[in-house]
Amino acid sequence: MKERVLSIRDLSISFKTNHGVVNAIRGIRFDLFKGETVAIVGESGSGKSVTVKAIMGILSSNGFINSGKIDFTYHRDDEVVKKDLVQLSKKEMRQHICGKRIAMVFQDPMTSLNPTMTIGEQVMEGMIHHYGTSRKEAFKKAVELLELVGITDAQKRMKSYPHQLSGGMRQRIVIAIALSCDPEILICDEPTTALDVTIQAKILQLIKDIQKKKNISVIYITHDLGVVAKVADYVAVMYAGKIIEKGSVDEIFYDPRHPYTWGLLSSMPDVNTVDEELYTIPGTPPNLLRQVPGDAFAPRNHYAMKIDYIEEPPMFNVGGKHRVSTWLAHEKAPKVSMPASLKQRIEKMKKEAE
Amino acid sequence: MEPILIVKDLKQHFTVNRKYSVKAVNGISFEIYPGETYGLVGESGSGKSTTGRSIIRLYEPTSGEIIFNGHKISGKMSEKDIKELRTKMQMIFQDPMACLNPRKKVVDIIAQGLDIHHLYKNRQERLEKVYRILEKVGLSKEHANRFPHQFSGGQRQRIGIARALVMNPDLIIADEAISALDVSIQAQVVNLMKAIQKETNTAYLFIAHDLSMVKYISDRIGVLHLGHLVETGTTEEIFTNPIHPYTKSLLSAIPAPNPKVERDREVLTYRYEESGIDYTQGKRQKISDTHIVLATDEQLKEWTK
Repeated sequence: MKERVLSIRDLSISFKTNHGVVNAIRGIRFDLFKGETVAIVGESGSGKSVTVKAIMGILSSNGFINSGKIDFTYHRDDEVVKKDLVQLSKKEMRQHICGKRIAMVFQDPMTSLNPTMTIGEQVMEGMIHHYGTSRKEAFKKAVELLELVGITDAQKRMKSYPHQLSGGMRQRIVIAIALSCDPEILICDEPTTALDVTIQAKILQLIKDIQKKKNISVIYITHDLGVVAKVADYVAVMYAGKIIEKGSVDEIFYDPRHPYTWGLLSSMPDVNTVDEELYTIPGTPPNLLRQVPGDAFAPRNHYAMKIDYIEEPPMFNVGGKHRVSTWLAHEKAPKVSMPASLKQRIEKMKKEAE
Repeated sequence: MEPILIVKDLKQHFTVNRKYSVKAVNGISFEIYPGETYGLVGESGSGKSTTGRSIIRLYEPTSGEIIFNGHKISGKMSEKDIKELRTKMQMIFQDPMACLNPRKKVVDIIAQGLDIHHLYKNRQERLEKVYRILEKVGLSKEHANRFPHQFSGGQRQRIGIARALVMNPDLIIADEAISALDVSIQAQVVNLMKAIQKETNTAYLFIAHDLSMVKYISDRIGVLHLGHLVETGTTEEIFTNPIHPYTKSLLSAIPAPNPKVERDREVLTYRYEESGIDYTQGKRQKISDTHIVLATDEQLKEWTK
């Protein structure tokens, strides 16, 4: 039996703005198991970042959680503790959860490090604050951590400032800081978008190795499907504040069911694309200031049916771990299959995999 | 066919202090032909952006020769050449949020080049030119009187493209023009750039680090590392027959959207310091008419084995 670390149920989040209330997250549920990786993909504005910010309790001040639960299970000295993160106060989150149990790696290593503190100080800070480790011990552990993330000459580097390091090195430092308190969950918010492919590959491999070593769970947020294919066990595709398709990586990449996922997969050129024109999803995402009737993707959906404009599709179980939220999956719906070009591409991918 | 742009042994050094200077670009040569797309790839710090900026003369090149449309645009330029360069070569920048003046309306942003070079007879013609360009990049007339903050990232990048296009350029330098955009929006912008190229026969210098996109858009590719052009060739040649170890490692690092392949793929590592390769020793070795590798004779023998 796999141990469930995080379970999110019916989470709904809104933001108060000058123009009215924006319903950024409209009821999502997903689970995270120990030692596994979930990747959340979607366009900007689909609510991926808001979801993890809610988990960390760092929503901006105009955001509030309407309903839902975020159940987080962790071990404290052999004792199993279960907490609903939504109910915790800001102070409790800061003291017991943020950084200590759930750590986060942000997109831009240039801005997430403090330019006026040495790297060593920044890595040690969390341990001293959360566990009251002595400076001497913290220093020793910090050096070990720097070595773990692949920084050569760690002793010397402890005294460096962030500006003395390259982008890839800085991201390694951020990962070391995140790992300093032995978290149960590591959240990576686009950890490699600001980096080059060669360094990206190294950082992804690093996170993977550490995950295996320490048996932690990882949530990835990204819009790069190549990255998802490399790291994830499970994928959740978000659109307009909802998860519209989720399943294991293989299910999502080799057997996508939602028209939006088809579009997402088609619009990305793989190294073998020769078509004249890339596929684009027509239209723009809906404005979440207004209530969205029916399926939020319907206006951009080539396969939309009448019911898509009237009623919201529930999550259909299409076998295995695969869930999809589109009326096309209903038993009475006309049989629609994915675009021919995508089908060809998936066939080719399957062949390569053999 | 005559190349539209010839870069010969371009060097761009930045003096830090009396003893030390950064050699951002250290002797690179390539050509761009009319109507083609030349992709420039490499990791950050390899000098790809510097190359673009030196060519359009945002920097003063240290040495080397740049010939654009038959005019020499390196060193001292005549009044006429400056005018030619400023109108016929245009640039699209990376960050669509930062490259548009927030205090100007879209119509004035796009028409600024026209204003400076007096390229219209009356206000009516100016407006018409702007409207035509807006339509071409997939925006509408109504957008002309708005401000940049009222647009989404993809739309703003379209404005950036419109601003470059309105001058009828022969060469557009696109410096990471799509890196800051979402995947689905990237596809839209790339399609737009391709469509425009077909219509106007504009050449692109496409600078990026996303290799799958570069492969898709480019006819020829140059691979930069540490200020040296280590390999250049047609897209086909670079992707099917990479010679230089750096190119090989770069190609092996592209993540493919194929989980089963991706999970157990080994990425080739390449460290310049440990490889024992000295770029300054290398010569430009011809593999074919279009495929050139920077290597010494022995290295070439070893790599092509």
